[in-house]
Amino acid sequence: MRASRLLSLLAVAMGILWGGVPAAHAQDATEKEIERYREMLSDPFSNPAFLFVDRGEALWKLARGEKNVSLETCDLGEGPGKLEGAFAKLPRYFTDADRVMDLEQRLLWCMEKIQALDTRDIVKRKFGRPGVTSDMQDLVAFIANKSSGLKIEAQQNHPKEQEMAALGEALFYRRGGQWDFSCATCHEAEGQRIRLQGLPVLSKPGKAAQSTMGTWPTYRVSQSQVRTMQHRLWDCYWQMRWPDAAYGSDGITALTVYLQKNANGGEIQVPSIKR
Amino acid sequence: MRTLIHSAAAALFAVAAFTLPAVAQSAKVDPAVVEKAVTGMFGHAPAAWQEKIVQDETQKACSLHRNAPPADVAKAISAREEKNVVLPADGKFLGDWKSGEKIAQSGYGGRHTDDPKREVGGNCYACHQLSKKELSFGTMGPSLVEYGKIRKYKDEDVKAAFIKIYNAQAVFPCSNMPRLGHSKHLNEQQIKDLVALLFDPESPVNK
Ligand code: HEC
Ligand code: HEC
Repeated sequence: MRASRLLSLLAVAMGILWGGVPAAHAQDATEKEIERYREMLSDPFSNPAFLFVDRGEALWKLARGEKNVSLETCDLGEGPGKLEGAFAKLPRYFTDADRVMDLEQRLLWCMEKIQALDTRDIVKRKFGRPGVTSDMQDLVAFIANKSSGLKIEAQQNHPKEQEMAALGEALFYRRGGQWDFSCATCHEAEGQRIRLQGLPVLSKPGKAAQSTMGTWPTYRVSQSQVRTMQHRLWDCYWQMRWPDAAYGSDGITALTVYLQKNANGGEIQVPSIKR
Repeated sequence: MRTLIHSAAAALFAVAAFTLPAVAQSAKVDPAVVEKAVTGMFGHAPAAWQEKIVQDETQKACSLHRNAPPADVAKAISAREEKNVVLPADGKFLGDWKSGEKIAQSGYGGRHTDDPKREVGGNCYACHQLSKKELSFGTMGPSLVEYGKIRKYKDEDVKAAFIKIYNAQAVFPCSNMPRLGHSKHLNEQQIKDLVALLFDPESPVNK
């Protein structure tokens, strides 16, 4: 698994670094590039995502909101303020909210409950763009990075977690919109591509789902932003010719629960870099 | 090629008979719960957009059977979709392949950030190989290289291609190919231009 995953990551890395590689040297270069790519991922100076991670750390510690406190007592599932390994188990059921939440929903919840922060501006900046940073992207990059190197532990014990997985699966197969698309149209069959873009199979447990879900959030070179799963699914719905998907809605979380279930056990390496 | 696709369809239906119990088992979600989640995700969109994501009978059936409908459902889908096809009043199916190539290349249109006044495309290359010169093509659908040539440019195949592009599911129930004419994404002239791309001997598809 590791090798094939690294190879596909490598293809991306090579595209970024060199824009291609002569076939004759491919074997040798592959070995070197794997090493180089590993370094690049973990090196705060080569992976631009670490800029987001650093900003996220500052935001985590920043006192704000009506209560003028930081997020440091926010419980992401592993106990107040405990960040290590929390992302590996999200989305999950939270007793205090009596809901299954993904990281972004949970952060908004903590901002409102702990900081009494008006989150309208935060939600407005949910997706960063040139000149506009996104607190959510920064926080997710920081928090997810605290699970890097761990394995995805999809939470399926609570009945509501099971319900969300089932709902996510149903949504995955729900065809609709002007082009009759569902997620399954593009992410169910092996070896399919759109133009030259390979499409991962996400509808069953396995390597493809693992290496996909284990590499989000990611720094998208084409967008110069760290993107989260919320953005990825919003983007896929955009391509599907469906309306603008609401940020932090339960349907997106349900899909994420379903995808994480299929990705269970996958190694987390985040923030990664993708095209 | 056609027989290949048809036998693939037949195989799919055969498989469906066996996989159905498993499908039914994993799909134990009340449809009302699914629709509520859809409203939660998209309920804020304008009314015209809401209509687009209300499922029609065909979308409902294909979702329920995960694109592998049992034979009777498949028959009902193709019967319904065939009725939805509007053939050109002038009886002509062939337009201009040059314009067809542009339409096949473009994937513009239908996204919520797209300008509704700009000309839309059919996005054919996203899923199909067409012109041999275009190397950036997808593989979700079969290669259409030499489509007309292979069929000896026969009139009945020309008409069949118009129907296919107009409503893919009239030919192959639960196809992953969008019903581009039926949904009014493409107009009649655009479909004629695409048929010409497939069937004009001068088109790069047949060169
Ligand atoms: C019309 C085709 C299409 C549909 C439908 C579609 N996607 Fe995608 N999806 C893509 C493409 C193209 C990519 C980008 C692949 C890449 O850049 O490597 C992608 C990427 C993804 C990724 C990240 C893959 C990675 O390797 O990092 C996830 C997760 C995903 N899609 C989930 C979904 C879900 C869930 C749905 C339904 C809500 C969906 N997709 C619907 C085409 C589609
Ligand atoms: C999202 C994917 C997708 C898009 C976009 C798409 N197709 Fe298809 N197409 C398919 C698939 C899958 C099949 C095979 C199943 C079937 O026959 O429906 C197919 C089949 C066909 C066939 C029948 C092939 C045969 O063997 O006879 C034709 C003709 C065709 N497509 C033309 C087009 C044209 C022209 C366009 C653009 C206007 C287009 N398609 C857009 C997916 C797509």
